[in-house]
Amino acid sequence: MTAPVLEIENLTLALPAMADRPLAIQNLSLSIAPGETLCVVGESGSGKSLTALATIGLLPRAVKPAGGAIRLAGRDLLPLSEREMQDIRGREIGMIFQEPMTSLNPVMRVADQISETFEAHGALDRRGRRERTLELIAEVGLPDPPAIARAYPHELSGGQRQRVMIAMALAMEPKLIIADEPTTALDVTTQAQILKLIDALRKKHGTAVMFITHDFGVVAEIADRVAVLQHGIMVEEGPAAAVLHMPQHDYTKRLLAAVPSLVPPPPKDLSGAPKAFQVKDLSKTYRGRGFFRRGREVKAADHVSFEIGRGETLGLVGESGSGKSTVGRCVMRLIEPDEGQIRIGDLSIRELTQAQFRPQRKRIQMVFQDPFASLNPRRTVGRIIAEGPIAQGVPKREALEKARRLLDLVGLSANAADRYPHEFSGGQRQRVGIARALALEPEVLVADEPVSALDVSVQAQILALMQDLQKRLGLAILFVTHDLRVAAQMCDRIAVMQKGKIVELQPTAKLFENPQHAYTKALLAAVPGGRDVGATLAAAGIEPSG
Amino acid sequence: MTFLRRFARNRGALIGLLVLALIVAAAVAAPVLYPTSPWRMVSRPFMAPFALERFPLGTDALGRDVAAGLMHGARVSLLIGFVSTLVALLIGVPLGAVAGYFGGIVDDLCMRFTELFQTVPSFALAIVIVAILQPSITSIVLAIALVSWPPVTRLVRGEVLSLRSRDYVQAAITVGQRTPRIIFGQVLPNTVAPIIVMASLMIASAILLESSLSFLGLGDPNLMTWGYMVGAGRTRLIEAWWISFFPGLAIFLAVLALNLVGEGLSDALNPRLAREAR
Amino acid sequence: MLRFLASRLAKGVVVLLAIAVLNFALIRAAPGDPATVMAGEAGAADEVFVQQLRERFGLDRPMVEQLGIYLKGILTLDLGFSYRQGRSVASLVGERLPATLLLTGSAFAISLLLGTALGALAARRAGTWADTAITTAALLFYATPLFWIALMSQILFSLKLGLVPNVGYETIGAGYTGLARVLDILHHLILPALTLGLFFTALYARMMRASMLETAGSDYVRTARAKGVSPSVVTRRHVARNAILPVVTLAGLQAGQIVGGAILTETVFAWPGIGRLMFEALAQRDYQVLLGVFFVSSAMVVLFNLVTDLVYRAVDPRIQVGG
Repeated sequence: MTAPVLEIENLTLALPAMADRPLAIQNLSLSIAPGETLCVVGESGSGKSLTALATIGLLPRAVKPAGGAIRLAGRDLLPLSEREMQDIRGREIGMIFQEPMTSLNPVMRVADQISETFEAHGALDRRGRRERTLELIAEVGLPDPPAIARAYPHELSGGQRQRVMIAMALAMEPKLIIADEPTTALDVTTQAQILKLIDALRKKHGTAVMFITHDFGVVAEIADRVAVLQHGIMVEEGPAAAVLHMPQHDYTKRLLAAVPSLVPPPPKDLSGAPKAFQVKDLSKTYRGRGFFRRGREVKAADHVSFEIGRGETLGLVGESGSGKSTVGRCVMRLIEPDEGQIRIGDLSIRELTQAQFRPQRKRIQMVFQDPFASLNPRRTVGRIIAEGPIAQGVPKREALEKARRLLDLVGLSANAADRYPHEFSGGQRQRVGIARALALEPEVLVADEPVSALDVSVQAQILALMQDLQKRLGLAILFVTHDLRVAAQMCDRIAVMQKGKIVELQPTAKLFENPQHAYTKALLAAVPGGRDVGATLAAAGIEPSG
Repeated sequence: MTFLRRFARNRGALIGLLVLALIVAAAVAAPVLYPTSPWRMVSRPFMAPFALERFPLGTDALGRDVAAGLMHGARVSLLIGFVSTLVALLIGVPLGAVAGYFGGIVDDLCMRFTELFQTVPSFALAIVIVAILQPSITSIVLAIALVSWPPVTRLVRGEVLSLRSRDYVQAAITVGQRTPRIIFGQVLPNTVAPIIVMASLMIASAILLESSLSFLGLGDPNLMTWGYMVGAGRTRLIEAWWISFFPGLAIFLAVLALNLVGEGLSDALNPRLAREAR
Repeated sequence: MLRFLASRLAKGVVVLLAIAVLNFALIRAAPGDPATVMAGEAGAADEVFVQQLRERFGLDRPMVEQLGIYLKGILTLDLGFSYRQGRSVASLVGERLPATLLLTGSAFAISLLLGTALGALAARRAGTWADTAITTAALLFYATPLFWIALMSQILFSLKLGLVPNVGYETIGAGYTGLARVLDILHHLILPALTLGLFFTALYARMMRASMLETAGSDYVRTARAKGVSPSVVTRRHVARNAILPVVTLAGLQAGQIVGGAILTETVFAWPGIGRLMFEALAQRDYQVLLGVFFVSSAMVVLFNLVTDLVYRAVDPRIQVGG
């Protein structure tokens, strides 16, 4: 075996005094061989990103190495001065960050940002830099290199920007590339392309890759070996196949069991369920406004039609910009649709004025994506849940009483009612959000990406809770999501959206076995990990976690 | 950590608060310590500071007591500062809230109107208003309020605009709350912190504006103000520097104190930003 | 680009028209007969003159018609007539305008250059004595009344130390020409321009410091560091370049304040610009001149805003179309 490119030995990182634990990373040891990809996996707060930042010497000032060594090709990086580290960054370690939207300088041309890596290390002359920059742009698969070179970041898409980041990291042909969640902010088809690109470049240049991710699907796609981190401690390490299929540690097992499988569970029997919700020919066009020119038009929803039965979940699946969220908000009339019909039971709500609709709003409720933004920080949780019934005329006392019962129903203790949102974790807040929606005893529930802001283990609990509640209350659920794994487990039928249109609507099992539309096929093929990873969602484990 | 403790940890803000308290005390004590009009001639003109124990800050060109003028001036400065800021908030907050919440054409109209007032050189407009309406405490307050509301509108609009799309406001709509209730119950309470910070800075600039108007001779002719005192002393500056110096110093201290308090409030209300700035 | 200019100019014209309407409303808001107000204190006694004004502005006719007459006057650059001075307001303002442009222009340039430089330095050295010194000085000057600092520096630098001339625009009766005259004017300009620029220097320094610190924490700065770019290049190319954008925006919004400050500065230093003209008109209750200066100073601000918009477009590639 060749000497490892990176060897981390007993690394310990200390957090500042106010943090929730004293050490960010405790006695971490791992190594990466040339041409090897090591995935460092963990949930938020596991210390995986700090490991990456420590390696490249860009730790936040408050976090201090408290022991151990980080050896790059045998040389310990921790004792190096800032100047020496500066020479290593970019030359021997390349880095790709998560947020392609904010990681590039908005006022500098792409070419200048790439050739800056050469300039920083005194490589090549002006002309050579320009040529190499164009070559790099071509190598990362960007079309029309001269045009891209002249462009500013805002003129590129997210995936294109991430390719520029990769070109920058690759410029000096470093021994090690660190990729910190490089595809998390991207759509699934773009993610598949970027993963393929990183892997191809690694093979071609023999670079070692440290790949930070929270997603076991991505691990299955790209990893040679995996290290699993929990609260700053490495609980398991080994070859990818072994960790994915025969996990040893309980935490790894739990994480893997929480990844929803792409194989849907056996279908529910919904025959004879009455229609609860109908949408017909719903359309919404956004127009940019301007005094001197006509704004451009975007058809966010284009004659969208579907219906949902009592106790049924319809998935609305698509990538960003597909219009799925617009549809979700249109049926709530948070956005006014341009045309179409929306019926809850026998009631057609499109013709009502907002004032007429207000007393009927209790029949359709919504669960929002971001559990941090969807609760008013100045209200107690009890008040937040009771607000709906109060607005609908229920006496305040009674409404608050009901809020306590609902908290119990969603798996929180009733005395949570007197506390404020910031005292709860993300998953707990999402339970509060569900309780708020249920307080009005709706027939229809619109869930807009209700779990995409949550860690995977918390996600599984919330999904199980929603299924359980649906069974008990007979809810019709419109489930908006970008995540096909979640959709496979949650939905009875799935509508795939692209550019404002539903391109395919099928029972879940049929859609996954035999997709008809080319776009559906592309989406399914792009899901990282495919059918290799994931478990059928168990309707257990709805107890809240810490 | 509580708001008060964060505020108390800021040394500048505490000093500001102390100076402000002294000025308020002076304003309150003025009629007690100097019961007679500050306009009355009490001694020979051009008495230097500390030349006579009775007139620690000297006398002006007409033999009026500079110290008495300062203390009475504090009343006017604070009064005009507070009242005109209040009036500006009464114009700016509702306009900003309406523009931000309803958006679209309403927003466009409100913001064009605000932009117009923001383009106009505010001091020149204040001069014109006071001159045409004749200088009086009412016209001065009106003029200052009329030129200082646009930033409030912009601030409130921005906050409301971002809060309005926040999911908890959307949730309030979906459960069927009425619009006024959403604006007053969900949106505006979350804009209070930045408005308070801005208000403290606005009082400071209102005091500056009032003193500048008085300096040009546009003060209320019945009231002794700091700006008037500086202006009145300026022709005899070489012989009697103190006539202009002390009132100017008073303005400086008042404005500085309010700015310090405003910054302290801002840091204490936005702990995250404060920590980053350090 | 042309379309952008056209749209900005159109917007400027609309703003100026709106200001003209405001002007019109102000005269009507004044207590008493608008004709008497227009004539000012001196003209009030002269019945013939007041009658002339009534006819000229159609003051007996309906309000809308009056507004029409007034706006037509503004469009033909007729800003009214100063009875006191026996001259048209336009010619009075025109004569004084260059001095004000020189003063405000140099104060603006000084404060923007000095302010951003000092703010950047303070941010670069955050936490050191240099930072403390700059931050404290900025805080103090930010709170200093302009007219007072003008008076105090007048005593100190010209009356006591005799470094610069006391008042005025140039040495009267010296008969300088050419370069000698330019130098003489610059010598007179130093103190007023510095005094006027001081407050804005403080403002921009504070703003620049805050903006630099915020930008320093952004993702793209971290990217630059990860490439191995040296700290000085990171600061210059990535931090300062982006941090200056909000300062430029602020500077545009503050243009009106600089013009307002010029009124006080010109008053103290007897600088023969439109601010001084305004002060003189105040003393004489010459409302026509007052409103004329107000209108022209507003026009100056509109022009300033246009220039900052153009600068902003040049430095921020994200702004592609103006509306």
